[in-house]
Amino acid sequence: MPAATPVVEMRDVTVTFPGVRALDGVDFRMFPGEVHSLMGENGAGKSTLVKALTGALRPDSGSIAVDGRPLEQASPRKSQALGVSTVYQDTNLLPTLSVTENIMLGRESRWGPFIDRSATQARARALLKELALDIDPAAELGELPFALQQLVAVARAIGIDAKVLVLDEPTASLDGDEVADLFRVIRHLKRRGTAILFVSHFLDQVYEIADRLTVLRDGALVGEYRTDDILRIELVHKMIGPQYAAIEDVAPVDFSQQFAGDSGPVVEAVGLGRRGRVAPFDFVAREGEVVGIAGLLGSGRTEVARLLSAVDRPDTGRLRVSGAGRRVRTPRTALRHRIVYASENRQNEGIIESFSVRDNILIALQADRGWYRPISRRRQEELATSYIQALNIRPADPDAVVRDLSGGNQQKVLLARWLAIAPRLLILDEPTRGIDIGTKAEVQRLVNDLAANGMAVVFISAELDEVLRLSTRIVVMRDREMMADIANDGASSGKVLTMIAGGGAP
Amino acid sequence: MSGAGPNGLRRLPKRRHLSWTVSLGLLIVLFIFGAIRFPGFVSGQVVLDLFVDNAYLIVLAVGMTFVVISGGLDLSVGSVLGLSTVIAAALLRAHWSPGAVIIVVLLVGSALGLLVGLGIHYLSIQPFVATLISMFFARGLCYVLSPDSIAISDPFFLGMAQAQLPVGFGLEVSPSVPVALLVVLAGVLVLHWTMFGRTVYAVGNGGRAASLMGVPVARTVVLVYVISGFCAALAGILFSFYTLSGYSLTGVGLELDTIAAVVIGGTVLSGGSGYLWGSILGVLVLGTVNALITFDGTLGTWWSKIIAGALLLVFVLVQRLVLRRRRADSGGSKPEEPGARARAWASDVGRGGLRDG
Repeated sequence: MPAATPVVEMRDVTVTFPGVRALDGVDFRMFPGEVHSLMGENGAGKSTLVKALTGALRPDSGSIAVDGRPLEQASPRKSQALGVSTVYQDTNLLPTLSVTENIMLGRESRWGPFIDRSATQARARALLKELALDIDPAAELGELPFALQQLVAVARAIGIDAKVLVLDEPTASLDGDEVADLFRVIRHLKRRGTAILFVSHFLDQVYEIADRLTVLRDGALVGEYRTDDILRIELVHKMIGPQYAAIEDVAPVDFSQQFAGDSGPVVEAVGLGRRGRVAPFDFVAREGEVVGIAGLLGSGRTEVARLLSAVDRPDTGRLRVSGAGRRVRTPRTALRHRIVYASENRQNEGIIESFSVRDNILIALQADRGWYRPISRRRQEELATSYIQALNIRPADPDAVVRDLSGGNQQKVLLARWLAIAPRLLILDEPTRGIDIGTKAEVQRLVNDLAANGMAVVFISAELDEVLRLSTRIVVMRDREMMADIANDGASSGKVLTMIAGGGAP
Repeated sequence: MSGAGPNGLRRLPKRRHLSWTVSLGLLIVLFIFGAIRFPGFVSGQVVLDLFVDNAYLIVLAVGMTFVVISGGLDLSVGSVLGLSTVIAAALLRAHWSPGAVIIVVLLVGSALGLLVGLGIHYLSIQPFVATLISMFFARGLCYVLSPDSIAISDPFFLGMAQAQLPVGFGLEVSPSVPVALLVVLAGVLVLHWTMFGRTVYAVGNGGRAASLMGVPVARTVVLVYVISGFCAALAGILFSFYTLSGYSLTGVGLELDTIAAVVIGGTVLSGGSGYLWGSILGVLVLGTVNALITFDGTLGTWWSKIIAGALLLVFVLVQRLVLRRRRADSGGSKPEEPGARARAWASDVGRGGLRDG
């Protein structure tokens, strides 16, 4: 049971970024000796809340207190001085230095101006021993497995007399045994009275280690619960929120038209997997089919897409593409076989902001033809104009610079680029994220039309209702494993939710 | 992975020493080769002459090692060395006292380093560009001061040029050698035994991690270039003891020899790892190659460049292999994208060090 006085108390904290209210009057508290998990989907405000606590950003209003002392004029240093230590996801340590040097950097034992190496090493050794970690303090950090590096980061963090330890996605790159090691250390710290904020996408892990949860959605507090008191399915509901029905009114989609031809497989994956990313899975995409991939953030949705399109290289299994004689191993050959991956990361892996709409649309087609066969200016104009019309891109000007377009229109430009090379399999990763409801409906209608004309589409979305609405088949991902591959018969909503939540759902 | 036993881990730390032990091995091989090929090559005086002839390069290498471990590069050291000889000769010609001349030269070198360091940290100029600017600036200044060679006739400088300190067994060294060795000693103490030294390594690992760990990044970056500038100026003084003149063309391309010595000594150019004594070994390896070519007498001196190139290639390959094995060992650790560190560093400097993820 938590002690009576909280060690962290955040009251009515609001953080705004230009155009977005990232945190809206959120209350948050943590008690000594508890593991507290922060839950929420993309954009829920989790990382903003963590940053406010660790001093990486200053809230616009509200108060933060650690152990009764207020965090004012926040900076990472001030937050640390109050006893908040953070281990970041990508373990911000120094790989070329030794374990001792990493743990003790900045607070070495000294002898006059010189470092007393043996005393420093002894202190590091004692700290590692306290955590029951069998790590040689003289080893070079970069030569340790990643999981041990992370434990070294924890050792460094608690060495600064931490009252609160923030673990940001600590298990994102760990396998089962490594997670068990980390949890052992977490439990040890809990007994010492440290409050631990455990941020993770993995429901199984949260249910294993966390005592309490705080759920955020769209920057607002949904509630604080004891882990024992809330069922997984309830939690998932709270994270995803009420499903909107409104979209049906905005833009009805004609689902009666279906692809009539033979449904041959376009790609077939057998035992495809990548260590630490996604467990081996089997998968088939057929012509005229929309396969929806459902699952929480970090469940392996994107990883599946990247393997199917040969963007990432698998460790196991094969990817068979109909009509391809040899194995498809690079995104370039995948493209040649008309397998297209439209990344969720629109800004970095998609749109070229400083190019015009026309150039953005035509770049993939031109690359496919080869640069020594330029597309004539007139043909370029025709193509660009026809896609601008077909997809209703605004402004309808092929020479507009893409940077000036809204997110939804940028997304449509990206779609046009891929459609221009006539894909057989189109993999759309979160194509509707961050775009308005009208555009969202247009994208949905487009996906439906494409499939009706024989294209195979893999559709990934964080919004379950969207997946349910569009897909002919649904693949459910949980904790980096493909849990199910089921036909979408209209009554599968509950079933899918249950599988996303997993564990002891009703 | 967590099952990596204590035995496995205890064997690993040696690997960070691998690069410089390879240089040591190479040095020994070169000497064995010399001993077989040329009678009289392995004698006490030949070994001591390596230090005498390369004292200035040793001092340059000490400064450069600091810079490279911090993740930077200093292209200006050759020009600063040249400028130092010209300033020294010009001031001596104007009858300044040698003590004042040495102090002025060291201050000018350090001040140039300070400007470079400030530019790199606060204006986010890449080290390559910032030190390139400084290189042209210092070289140009040489010509402004004096296009022609100025002879040095100051009695103190003459004395330093001619003095021979006995080291026993009838062997002698010039005063430059103890100066260089003192610089090495001071460098080792600072780099390997002080908190400033630790932070040089920390900064070389990439600025974001270091600043999140509460390390004073700004101060460290600036100081590293001051140290390099100071060493270049001191090397200039030693060089003018050696040549007794100040000339604007002195030390052209010397920065590249220095970088070569540092790399051959096992310091990785991407920063964060290396040892000072490795760089000294690197200087000695290059010096030994030169000595061997001199002993041979039939090979042109350009062969030393070809051999230096070949040695560099070998060392870069050794470093690659070490890095690859390290990566294979660390299992889940993400392989580092080339340039990622530099970019993270640059963006970090720009944003003042907060994580944006």
